[in-house]
Amino acid sequence: MGETPPRSANAGTGGIRVAPGHGQPAGASARVAEAPVSTRTPGGGDLGGGGGLPRARAFGAERAFRGLTLAAGTAVLVIIAAIAVFLIAKAVPALRANTANFWTYEGWSPNDTAPEFGIGTLAFGTVLSSALALLIAVPVALGIALYLSHYAPRRLGTALGFLIDLLAAVPSVVFGLWGRDIFVNPVRDFSVWLNTYFGWIPIFGGDGPFGKSIMLGSLVLAIMVLPIITSLSREVFLQTPTANEEAALALGATRWEMIRTAVLPYGRPGIIAAVMLGLGRALGETIALAMTLGITFGISFNLIENGGNTIAANIANAFGEANDTGRGALIASGLVLFTITLIVNITARAIIYRRREFTESAA
Amino acid sequence: MAKRVDASNVTAYYGAFKAIENINLTVEPKTVTALIGPSGCGKSTFLRSINRMHEVLPGARVEGDLTIDGQNIYDRDVDVTAVRRMIGMVFQRPNPFPTMSIYENVVAGLRLNGVRKKSILDEAAENSLRSANLWDEVKGRLGKPGAGLSGGQQQRLCIARTIAVEPQVVLMDEPCSALDPISTLAIEDLMFQLKDKFTIIIVTHNMQQAARVSDRTAFFSIEKTGDPGRLIEYDNTQKIFSNPSHKKTEDYITGRFG
Repeated sequence: MGETPPRSANAGTGGIRVAPGHGQPAGASARVAEAPVSTRTPGGGDLGGGGGLPRARAFGAERAFRGLTLAAGTAVLVIIAAIAVFLIAKAVPALRANTANFWTYEGWSPNDTAPEFGIGTLAFGTVLSSALALLIAVPVALGIALYLSHYAPRRLGTALGFLIDLLAAVPSVVFGLWGRDIFVNPVRDFSVWLNTYFGWIPIFGGDGPFGKSIMLGSLVLAIMVLPIITSLSREVFLQTPTANEEAALALGATRWEMIRTAVLPYGRPGIIAAVMLGLGRALGETIALAMTLGITFGISFNLIENGGNTIAANIANAFGEANDTGRGALIASGLVLFTITLIVNITARAIIYRRREFTESAA
Repeated sequence: MAKRVDASNVTAYYGAFKAIENINLTVEPKTVTALIGPSGCGKSTFLRSINRMHEVLPGARVEGDLTIDGQNIYDRDVDVTAVRRMIGMVFQRPNPFPTMSIYENVVAGLRLNGVRKKSILDEAAENSLRSANLWDEVKGRLGKPGAGLSGGQQQRLCIARTIAVEPQVVLMDEPCSALDPISTLAIEDLMFQLKDKFTIIIVTHNMQQAARVSDRTAFFSIEKTGDPGRLIEYDNTQKIFSNPSHKKTEDYITGRFG
């Protein structure tokens, strides 16, 4: 078993070495015929005539393509670096001018003569609404995905999968409008009900008004991230090897036990990746939250009272009337959002990497 | 621990296609029975209908009676999962659960049965791995992934997983076809030992293997492509391979056909 990698590596290099040889004869003769000014030596034309092998071309499609891909790869790095430099350069003066503590101050008035703004409440709202959205969306999404991949008749599964994918194509501003004008009503009624009967739990406490709350924002977010998580995990579940499913069934597993023994463990890295993609969307979601949240500045775990704000929503709401310092402050908040997303992604990678011994042998 | 398998008029379909027709066959406890025949003759289909794995495929169904010590496993009120626990199966390609360790693979069936106690699981894991002649090779690395073993070891791991739940009957669907000769030999030796405790039914394309391991042999065949497979001859292995009573069997085992 241990010998396989080197062998396949040799096969790979062999393939590369052989490729130009294959490509040359036909292409070479054609080129010589139509363009006498050739970079190759005259002897190169005597293919099959018993002459020497043609010399390697100094410049060809191979090299051009390599240069092109290299340029594309480098461009990404350059662009990222340029963005980072720009953001930091804009953010630093605003942070200097801030007369309050950037981390702890609860409020956002960077346009005043003595600018005061703090990221704490925004970052808190971002994380809370995204976490809540995932908490709602992940179980539902996995349930739908499992139904589509293992329970539904094939035709129904395909049709429903298509519908779910359509949901992902709805623009977020539409979700925002729908959430603000329509979905807010049932959520408000539900919030009042929760407040009446479960008001003794702090997250459902308060005296109102209810409606444009973290709960509404999170529910709308949950609907928005649902399709991503569903369709990715469905793909992963469909890839479970039949042999493993049959192994579980032959041991006397019911269908749910088979899913638990064979499908879910196999799909675990894929599920994590799907959830992280969903989280990425939730963290960065701007307009839907700007429209559905109550936009207040304060750290509170209360889910049903009007309020809540996120970094992205705040940028959308405040950018229009921001002065120079104001824009710098928003850019600084953007940097924080970027860092949060980065941490989330690194954590996800770490989780997947920790189990690599098992997942790699699965492939 | 071992039980008699009785098939009477077993007919199996894939959708509208009839794969096997009217199979009648009795397998005695604690014997090895080999099912041989050309490709597409329905050996595997018949094998999979013995533990009701055939019906897992969409559109597949079975007619007729299949009894294990007198109980018809196709009765309406029979729990399919109980049938499969009683009749274990080893597949053509080794299929350990890729995300599980060697240990977890062996005890997977017990965990499905609700066994939680560590001491019972440990004991069962060791016993099954010993029975599968794998213990000495893996005892130091039970926590490592089962998929990291060699093909032959993986197949013995799958056998250990199957016998850990203490089935009455063990079905093997070409268990050696993906293995090298040495691993094949190891599995054949294993079958000899296992028949002290289990009734074993094995599908094989390798006639030497059938001759070596089995007590009785069933020869399946089809008239032509598209026809259902039928049981042509079923007798003691020695008789089948030395003096078959059916012309078709003789043609097949001497290599003139199939």
